[in-house]
Amino acid sequence: MTIFLYILFGAIAGIFGGLGMGGGTLLIPLLTIFLGLDQKLCQGINLISFLVMAIFSLLIHSHNGLIETKNIYIVILSGLVFSVLGAVLANYIPSKALRMAFGVFLCLLSIFELAKAFKKN
Amino acid sequence: MKKNIKPKTNQKGVAKHKNTSNTTKTKPFTTKNQTFSCQTKLTSKKKWYLVLAGSIIGFLNGFFGGGGGMVCVPILEKVLNLENKKAHATAIAVIFPLSLVSASIYVFNGYIQSMPLLSIGAGVVAGGIIGSFALKFLPPKAIRIIFAIIMFAGGIKLIF
Repeated sequence: MTIFLYILFGAIAGIFGGLGMGGGTLLIPLLTIFLGLDQKLCQGINLISFLVMAIFSLLIHSHNGLIETKNIYIVILSGLVFSVLGAVLANYIPSKALRMAFGVFLCLLSIFELAKAFKKN
Repeated sequence: MKKNIKPKTNQKGVAKHKNTSNTTKTKPFTTKNQTFSCQTKLTSKKKWYLVLAGSIIGFLNGFFGGGGGMVCVPILEKVLNLENKKAHATAIAVIFPLSLVSASIYVFNGYIQSMPLLSIGAGVVAGGIIGSFALKFLPPKAIRIIFAIIMFAGGIKLIF
């Protein structure tokens, strides 16, 4: 049963992720809220399953000519440094605190998304 | 086109006096949906924006193990003038190396279990492929709003 739920939640998050709407921001709360998994474990799982999925979606997107390559390296280079910092820092923070911080992050993101959606209409 | 690349004098200095000619000239910088994008060299100011953006995206993605893409998309749209779908696809290309680094740190610190990983991963990959194909066809505006509301609820639940 739990395996079924794992696959189901993964698939839901994957569809949204493929649509570019942030699969991970959906997957992590699904797993922590409904299945009670540890926040950091979910984050690790999310990162890895994103990597696998991203290989496929990158292939599809580049086939459709949707990937811009110019100047992207700047974002990636500075991002690399800070992604190390972020991941190391997360290791030092208790899962519960991280979970709350993630909740705040989600709320901010959703408010931003809502504002954007209504602006475009 | 090339004359429009350095808009400072056009936009601020002369704009008040020569109305008709200047509104047409400055258009490439204000209209959003134009695929004007990165054919030209970026100004150094924009490059620093990208550095700053990268560090924020990288930190969030590493710290929260996800969500960097959602921050990345609007930034790519604004700074590089990418069209929406292109920004989405490019965001994945940006997040990929960042996640690779963060993921290995998570694995190194022991935050991984094979059973949930394999089953969730299988679901994510299957769903992701479906979603990627769908991205080409449908512009999900209503879905976007619903998604944001669900996310907000999830966030509240996680805080308390």
